[in-house]
Amino acid sequence: MTQPIFAYIAHKNGVADDSALELIVAAKKIDPSASVTAIVCGNGAELDSVCTAMAAVYPEVWKVSNPALAYPNAEVIRGVLVNLLPAGAVMLVPHDTFGMDLSPGLSIKLNAAFVSDVVGIEGVDGSALKAVRQEFGGQVSTHIHCDMASGVVLNIRSGAFLADDSKASGAVADKSGQAGDCKAKRRFIEVVAAEVGDVDITKSDVLVSVGRGIEEQDNIAIAQELADTIGAVVSCSRPIVDAKWLEKARQVGTSGKTVKPKVYIALGISGSFQHLGGLKGNPFIVAINKNPKAPIFQVADIGVVLDLLEFVPELTEKIKEMK
Amino acid sequence: MEILVCVKRVPDTAENEIVVNGKGTDIERGDLVYSVNEWDNYAVEEAIQIRDRVGGTVTVVTVGDGDSEEILRREMAMGADKGILLSDDAFNGSDGRGIAAILKSEIEKGKYDLILTGAQADDGAAQVGGMLAAMLDMPYASLVNKIETESGNTIKIGREIEGGNQEMSEIDLPCVLSIQTGINEPRYVGIRGIRKVASVEIPVHGAGDLGIAAGSVGAAGAKVKRVDYFIPPAGEGAEILEGSSDEIAEKLIELLKSKGGIK
Repeated sequence: MTQPIFAYIAHKNGVADDSALELIVAAKKIDPSASVTAIVCGNGAELDSVCTAMAAVYPEVWKVSNPALAYPNAEVIRGVLVNLLPAGAVMLVPHDTFGMDLSPGLSIKLNAAFVSDVVGIEGVDGSALKAVRQEFGGQVSTHIHCDMASGVVLNIRSGAFLADDSKASGAVADKSGQAGDCKAKRRFIEVVAAEVGDVDITKSDVLVSVGRGIEEQDNIAIAQELADTIGAVVSCSRPIVDAKWLEKARQVGTSGKTVKPKVYIALGISGSFQHLGGLKGNPFIVAINKNPKAPIFQVADIGVVLDLLEFVPELTEKIKEMK
Repeated sequence: MEILVCVKRVPDTAENEIVVNGKGTDIERGDLVYSVNEWDNYAVEEAIQIRDRVGGTVTVVTVGDGDSEEILRREMAMGADKGILLSDDAFNGSDGRGIAAILKSEIEKGKYDLILTGAQADDGAAQVGGMLAAMLDMPYASLVNKIETESGNTIKIGREIEGGNQEMSEIDLPCVLSIQTGINEPRYVGIRGIRKVASVEIPVHGAGDLGIAAGSVGAAGAKVKRVDYFIPPAGEGAEILEGSSDEIAEKLIELLKSKGGIK
């Protein structure tokens, strides 16, 4: 394959995101002999330290420095990438809230194909890139064939490609002069930190977590009673917060809190990757869900395929009797 | 403010178990319950609230077949003023870029200050909003969970970013925003509300009306094609506890005790 491959490096406080080590692994699935170029946009000393770190992983690093890049604004960075990328480029981007903001529009401006949230790459056949995606919250997977003749933008799911020991002694090339005017019709103001709740779910060793399967707000009492009985704290998945049944500070997931409990009891949680993305430290996971095909059973240690509304009160009673 | 909301009819995953058909060419659709994409409902609610605050109209649009009319009526029962159905055999098999191109052609026939989409759909790729904005050369923000309308040609928006934090920006109008769930509480639509809009005429626009060249959208114009559906090879997975619920509870209690799950 002759199309050049690039990786967009997300970074914060002078440190590259974990995705930086995963994108080069994904790139090698497209072309094992590819010389992958890292693109790092930012400003000041933080940018320099990320570039130095990336030169130890990628054979070439393009540095783009501009005060307008101090905070990653997708519209500004889209303009930079359109200016920098050669025709037919393969552009890998982490599938995070920035990548979701950037890549669909970038693909239009590059006249390239776009594949979102890629979890697997099965090689190239002519000009067709073969990728794997998931749909319906991970209940089914799909093979995607994508015509990459005029380039492609791929958003790569975090954790789908495990970082290897890629090493390089790459050169850092300063491309700041080609960045363009860095103006945008959307202007960043500030980041407002997440609300602090009355309970800190990140401090509990045992979490009883509720998802859509709890069905009604009143049923959260069932989870609360189990939690009180075993000395746990109640957390939840996103739909529960959207429904305003519990506060945002109780949400586990990429858009909520990252937790590292020892034991995680998932009640009626389907197990989307966004939810599991907030669950770290390899806890002992018990999944109680009446749908035997719920993706949560793929990652749980122990599964109970029963209606939680009947089973959990029974379980709680039994624990109380023992005590 | 003239607001357009792009919506989509999808299988309702809360109501259905999604199963791949025998040949892997599609999911089993026979028994599926369809509804409006959950994210789109939040977008329509937000549009209605903005209109009620500052005036204007809310139009809902979808690309789909005749069955998609029902979701337009549902959103009109919520309070949207108008519905437009974009439907043509030539649209079948469009990828995200194709859908965005069809929407763009309709949008250029009108004059909108604000275009909303859902941030994603269960059977989608969270792509149409961003593509549409780029095609229209309008500014864009994804995962929007707050909109503050002020006078003038800018609005203030919040995006949901990692860790539950919120990124605040100002954005020039006209713009495209993709709306995240949780931004509001979509109102309930009763059967009576749907009856009220049952006879409202919904215009249908095809490729000819929109000036879309055959082959530029649909399967022929798609750069990205779904080849098949499959169930990923299962990993080891969970040990499923068997027996009566009583026996299961006892086994589970022993396991939880051994792992420090009962204090």
